[in-house]
Amino acid sequence: MSTATHQWPLWEVFVRSKNGLAHKHAGSLHAPDAEMALKNARDVYTRRSEGISIWVVPSAAITASSPDEKDVLFTPSDDKVYRHPTFYDIPDEVGHM
Amino acid sequence: MGETHSLEDCFQAFVEAENKVEPKHWMPDGYRKTLVRQISQHAHSEIVGMLPEANWITRAPSLRAKLILLAKVQDEAGHGLYLYSAAETLGTSRDQMIDDLHSGKAKYSSIFNYPTLTWADMGAIGWLVDGAAIANQVMLCRTSYGPYSRAMVRICKEESFHQRQGFEIMMHLAKGTPEQKAMAQDALNRWWWPSIMMFGPSDDQSPNSAQSMKWRIKRKSNDELRQEFIDKTVPQAEFIGLTMPDPDLRWNEETGHYDFGTINWTEFFDVIAGNGPCNAERLAARQKAHDEGAWVRDAATAYAAKQASRVASRPTQTHAA
Repeated sequence: MSTATHQWPLWEVFVRSKNGLAHKHAGSLHAPDAEMALKNARDVYTRRSEGISIWVVPSAAITASSPDEKDVLFTPSDDKVYRHPTFYDIPDEVGHM
Repeated sequence: MGETHSLEDCFQAFVEAENKVEPKHWMPDGYRKTLVRQISQHAHSEIVGMLPEANWITRAPSLRAKLILLAKVQDEAGHGLYLYSAAETLGTSRDQMIDDLHSGKAKYSSIFNYPTLTWADMGAIGWLVDGAAIANQVMLCRTSYGPYSRAMVRICKEESFHQRQGFEIMMHLAKGTPEQKAMAQDALNRWWWPSIMMFGPSDDQSPNSAQSMKWRIKRKSNDELRQEFIDKTVPQAEFIGLTMPDPDLRWNEETGHYDFGTINWTEFFDVIAGNGPCNAERLAARQKAHDEGAWVRDAATAYAAKQASRVASRPTQTHAA
């Protein structure tokens, strides 16, 4: 009982579903080290050929933006319509551009 | 208008607009507590749910049946882990949840406190127990809490094989010898009522339900889900020639649903209170597995520490492959 209570660190698991695609967050798990995290991730998150490659990252190593900063971070780009191709009027005769 | 809106009002508007709540969002304490209770209870059910089926792994009637049962039980372990992870995003710890399960403070689905007496019980559990769980889980794919919803999507994808393999077992037994058919009928007789109790007390007896619906944690009431499950399952029983153990069960042309008999809620609450046939046995089995696995966890921790001290001298990797 005494030893059972120290909690292993949390790892975030990212899985590449197939060649050419980016790794995507699949979930998290506890493991004593990276090697065990990888082995556990294989059993927990890829029992049905969900992936061809796995990344495990210590959860503590991830810095996330806060939901409160959402406006500060992301709304400035909302009024920059000139960053999108549809902002520009190009005559149809020019063809695809 | 210059009105001030409380955080609770903003939160309510946010979930009503079908937005997902994420771990770092502000949420009412009650919302957090309800989710920790519900998700951990759900995780415990997956874990304890392995026990009644594990009973039949060594007794499976064929290698095919054994492989399927092993895969199913392994899935349940995985589902428990997805759900513990989701609960942890709310600030509770894995150890706390496990302790609460072992001390009896946390609950798990009362259905797992019934014994699995014959091979047909593997069929009845897959068909009925997993079937009822799926009805609930499909609804929970749309729950307002993001990590819970994503865990549910993953679980639902995997779960439909569980129900189909169960129905296949029942179908084969029902088409078999008279003894096999009787075995299937007996399993149905024992599992039907506990299965429809899985949706929980009737809406008027379920005080937390209304708040959960308001927060969009639940999207359908206990009675609605139960009725859907019954409507879907009765024709399946008829198809394989088995009879539901409910003399009051009949199709109601007017409502377009099956009417069914009175559920024995005394039994339900009694099993939840710890007096079911297998409550003590299930908890003892969990505790034993946890205690007897302690050396494995210790060894893994010691090995990790040893590896870390060796790796400290190696050059560091700069890019993930």
